[in-house]
Amino acid sequence: MFVYLDNSSTTRQYNEVTKIMLSMMEENYGNPSSMHRMGLLAETAVKKARKSVATSLGVMEEEITFTSCGTEADNTAILGAAQARKRKGNKIITSQVEHPAVLEVCKKCERMGFQVDYIKVDEKGLVDQKELEQRLDDSTILVSIMAVNNELGTVEPIWEIGRMTKEKGDILFHTDGIQAFGKIDLNIENVDLLSLSGHKIHGPKGTGALYIKKGIHMEPYLLGGGQEKGFRSGTENTPGLAGFGLAADIISRTKENRIKKLEQVRHYLLNGIREEIRDIVINSPEFVYEPSNGCGPVCSPAILNISFLGCRGQVLLHTLEQRDIYVSTGSACSSRKKGSHVLVAAGLAPSKIESAIRFSFSEFNTIEEMDYVVFELKKAVTGMRKLRKQR
Amino acid sequence: MENSKTYIVRYGEVALKGMNKPYFERMLIERIRKVLRKYEGIQVKREDGLVVIHTREDLAESAVIEGVSKVFGVDSISPAIEVESDIEAIGKAAVDFMMDLIETRGVKTFKVEAKRSDKNFPIESPQIAKQIGAKILKDCKVLSVDVHNPDRRIFIHVRRERTFIFGHKISAFGGLPLGTNGKGLVLLSGGIDSPVAAFMMAKRGMLIEAVHFHSYPYTSERAWEKVQDLGRILTAYCGKIKIHSVNLLPIQEQIIQKCPEDETTLLIRRFMMKIGERIALDTGCLMLITGENLGQVASQTAEAIVVTDEAVHLPVLRPLIAFNKADIVKKAQDIGTYETSILPYEDCCTVFLPKHPKTKPKLNAIMQSEGYLNWQALIQDALDRKETVVIYPED
Repeated sequence: MFVYLDNSSTTRQYNEVTKIMLSMMEENYGNPSSMHRMGLLAETAVKKARKSVATSLGVMEEEITFTSCGTEADNTAILGAAQARKRKGNKIITSQVEHPAVLEVCKKCERMGFQVDYIKVDEKGLVDQKELEQRLDDSTILVSIMAVNNELGTVEPIWEIGRMTKEKGDILFHTDGIQAFGKIDLNIENVDLLSLSGHKIHGPKGTGALYIKKGIHMEPYLLGGGQEKGFRSGTENTPGLAGFGLAADIISRTKENRIKKLEQVRHYLLNGIREEIRDIVINSPEFVYEPSNGCGPVCSPAILNISFLGCRGQVLLHTLEQRDIYVSTGSACSSRKKGSHVLVAAGLAPSKIESAIRFSFSEFNTIEEMDYVVFELKKAVTGMRKLRKQR
Repeated sequence: MENSKTYIVRYGEVALKGMNKPYFERMLIERIRKVLRKYEGIQVKREDGLVVIHTREDLAESAVIEGVSKVFGVDSISPAIEVESDIEAIGKAAVDFMMDLIETRGVKTFKVEAKRSDKNFPIESPQIAKQIGAKILKDCKVLSVDVHNPDRRIFIHVRRERTFIFGHKISAFGGLPLGTNGKGLVLLSGGIDSPVAAFMMAKRGMLIEAVHFHSYPYTSERAWEKVQDLGRILTAYCGKIKIHSVNLLPIQEQIIQKCPEDETTLLIRRFMMKIGERIALDTGCLMLITGENLGQVASQTAEAIVVTDEAVHLPVLRPLIAFNKADIVKKAQDIGTYETSILPYEDCCTVFLPKHPKTKPKLNAIMQSEGYLNWQALIQDALDRKETVVIYPED
């Protein structure tokens, strides 16, 4: 049985998306900037895509700028905001668990002379709101906190953090919404800048978007032919954008059922693992909804991070791969370096970090698949632990 | 020849081979023809003590030099001009040659060196140099002579049939033509050392076949990709390479369960040697080649090498045994394998690394531990499951 559980790295494209992209390549291949009808047809397709993305977020079309990927959206947002506000102050606040697309840009900002504060997280990866509030001051120009952590699945309190920035004054709030888009109810009322990516929602790779709240002025990042209202020049990736738009359309239409399905699959796998395999640690927040006691972090229904003590994550990954099961250790972007910065920031012991596996789900996963995964996992973990005990 | 370019190739060591010289020369020419096979209109022939290559005029110099300078046995190569052996003609061609250098390279000072292989030529070497130098000075007014530190030397080689004029020598690796010294099986780990070891033996004329050991799923498939990439880089020097891939994990599991922990690495090394020997015997390889380097790691101490060496009967060549690590790195960079070698995928040696490996192992103790294992069956099983790929030079 083939089981793909690495949907936070990337997802399988919807067939409808592939179809529309193919037609864009074969027939509607004009350049939106061309004056003739071919240009107009291509422009219409891009417009439609923009409308779909805007609608899925409940924002205005003119607030959506397309980019080439989520990383570009993060880079543009942070560098652009820092540049635009540098006369007002020089402090940027972010967290220790952001994606490298945010953290590396923040490091660059430090080299450019900005002060960057990296907020601590608790053992579930939840940003310390109190610390953040204390650090907000008159020199703060930008706060960047992700909506859902890509390794743990932790849902960060972006509505509350956004409100803090607004109460404090004129502070821009950026959110990396790449893992949240389509997976949780995303309330962006207090968000000024939001990054999105196409390929995490069954759209094509090479597409992303940046939501820039109306009225916020930022310097253009890529200069040239003036596409995207002069903010992001470069001929539009029309097949990609048409695909991205359609994917956004589908995920917002199917949202409720899809999220319910993700929850079911995640819950089923978690229970199965808990019943069958001993000595595990659940690194993600356990619940998808707020637990009955009313406190504690919640998790995206698409992510489940578990440590199988005594096993090396990488070896487990390759063992499962032999059984056609695809998972990840840490995030794909950082799994080749040593240890995940997210798990380190959450204060996990090395034995938990090296044995951590991330399962990430999509609507294509089924309960039957999870039975198979639990069965194979148990076999692999037992075998590896036995070998380890000989030492 | 009209409409062609000429290159002269020198081959120092090959020329020293007494009775076998014709054989070595033939092998050298065959290798040169092989690397230039992809181009049309190539002629390669031997002319007392040199190999002369003719190519079509439109073939880029860099392509010929790049290919031929990787042929083992070649000492150096020079693009050259051919003229009739007549002092007037030589003078005229030398002036043209210098004019070109002035325009393209901004040469300002020069020195002429002459050699006369044809002793019937009426002018002696120093005189040739003097006369041609004087003519160049007179005709190319911007130039001056500098006998100690010239921008460019110009060489005049007068031979019976015709004279070669050339400006510089691009040095190559030397050594002996591939295929003149049997075939060896290299244990290719994917690290920095083993590709360099393979290169060095190939340079002595040895054909190369390789075996790679892995511990999938404890090592990743990318490690196997990486070894094939290294093989691909080596093909530029060694020609096509066959790589056998053997999974050691079942053996490692047995060792871990049945043998003392601090002997794990050495026992595995011995298995690698034994499996390598079996493959070598099956494929006509005369020797094993490893990248071992005295004292580099615990399994490469003098005592450890005694233990690994004892595992097999075939000679084990360790061309890097006395190198410093920095020199090996430098060599790997020169060959072009370094960047690939340092990609961070685990190899099978590091997977079950004991906490305190034995650095002064005793052969008796190791052999006793080996006795706990059904090693003949384990080796046969590993060989039965081996995969083989052949990697061809890229055209």
